[in-house]
Amino acid sequence: MNCKTPSKLEKILAAGHIAVTSECGPPRGSNIEHVAHKANLIKEHVDAINITDNQTSVTRLCSLAACIKLKLMGLEPVLQMVTRDRNRLAIQSDILGAAAFDIFNMLCLSGDHQSFGDCAQGQNVHDLDSMQLLQTVRHMRDEGKFLGGADIDRPPKMFVGAAENPFADPFEIRVPRLAKKVAAGAEFIQTQCIYNLDKFELWMKMVRDRGLHEKVYILAGLTPLKSAGMAKYMKNRVPGMDVPDDVVKRMAAVPKEKQPEEGIKICIESIQRLKEVEGVRGFHIMAIEWEEKVPEIVEKTGLYPRPKVD
Amino acid sequence: MIVADKKPIEEIIKEIESYNRVLILGCNECVTVCEAGGKKEVGILASALRMYFLNQGKDVKIDEVTLERQCDHEYLEEIRDRVDKYDAVLSLACGVGVQFMAEKYQTLPVYPGVNTCFLGVTEKRGLWTERCQACGKCILAKTAGICPVSRCAKRILNGPCGGSTNGKCEISKEVDCAWQLIIDRLKALGKMDDYENIIPLKDWSTDRAGGPRKVAREDVQL
Repeated sequence: MNCKTPSKLEKILAAGHIAVTSECGPPRGSNIEHVAHKANLIKEHVDAINITDNQTSVTRLCSLAACIKLKLMGLEPVLQMVTRDRNRLAIQSDILGAAAFDIFNMLCLSGDHQSFGDCAQGQNVHDLDSMQLLQTVRHMRDEGKFLGGADIDRPPKMFVGAAENPFADPFEIRVPRLAKKVAAGAEFIQTQCIYNLDKFELWMKMVRDRGLHEKVYILAGLTPLKSAGMAKYMKNRVPGMDVPDDVVKRMAAVPKEKQPEEGIKICIESIQRLKEVEGVRGFHIMAIEWEEKVPEIVEKTGLYPRPKVD
Repeated sequence: MIVADKKPIEEIIKEIESYNRVLILGCNECVTVCEAGGKKEVGILASALRMYFLNQGKDVKIDEVTLERQCDHEYLEEIRDRVDKYDAVLSLACGVGVQFMAEKYQTLPVYPGVNTCFLGVTEKRGLWTERCQACGKCILAKTAGICPVSRCAKRILNGPCGGSTNGKCEISKEVDCAWQLIIDRLKALGKMDDYENIIPLKDWSTDRAGGPRKVAREDVQL
């Protein structure tokens, strides 16, 4: 596949390498060195770093500022943007802001509902949805125009991605929904955390049956479990998350102090297994407040060293 | 209909306790159907207020009137000859009625007695749920007759989002996922292929975003 943007992530995927991305959540304050610290822990082991956008609707330092910080460190950020907090005016403006600093990757999301976070009494915007956000970025990039029709001076060159949750309901539309995102302009997909590998493999089969794996790069999402408690919480409390009972049992079966190690082991085994799945083109390792474990996971799954591209 | 809910009586008392002559004004339309501001509720609220003020040793005259509607001039005119007898009106109509009443009687204090909630239906007695946000450009033809603007917590036009679980919304297990309902109905209609049509960016200028709205119909104006 030819590259449409200067994105390093796109180049790595286009060259046929298995991509590795990870994410950093910005701090609850203005000390941006926290972002730099997290990024430094993982920068040698990943191709690009997502910066989350007020995840779980809790107010944090903005994704764009944190992405600029990574860019200034010579790293490859993926700007996450949710439609919850911005109308189309702010969205286009922020995209230009990112483009001004040569941020070349963007992940288009709708965002968790604000009732989960620290501004539960606030409005949400949702002027666009995540598919329309994909369309917007592609329009700005490919047509070089604003939504209003005017030309953009120096249009953004974003490699455009979307999230997909293979485990959300209703299951039968998960693949049609992916097809819709691809039609809207998604070039890469980072999936929800995968714990139910059987179901994910079934989803991938359905993806292949429609030939979507040849139209979009799919990065399988993994989050190492730190404890049996976290497994239970993810299973019962996080919307759209599928943690099978045997995973919870496996975590609970080892002593508490050994559980983090077991969680990493499960993550490594999952990646080893999913590397063999046709159409999985990379991994998105979301080690939540556990970034220091990313190098170990990458090394033990044979994904290190990371490929070099121009 | 416009669905309203009763305001706590404590809040109402705070608003009107400085007056000596209060008219409670009900409305015979939507708020009657949703049992928040019809003749019956006017009567109950009036009795409760009379009792409260009596207990406080306060002589407050509280009268009851229920109009056919509070959103039309002709019905609001019916009380023109008697409003002078009151220091304030407590309207149990929706916010529309309260405002029209206030517009009409410029020097008379008018207070709302209900919270106006949404445009909705009676699912069963005592349960009303939202169906419409009056966005001014109906898209129900594209969404199998189920409105994601009013029924999806993120008003997602190309849903569902990743938070849909067992047919319920991520905000609450009590709330149906609008997109699950849309998909179920597309299936029932044999129109699942329509699911993959992307609904384009919506023109919200006919929604609240465009400012106060009006419908002007010259063909029916006198």
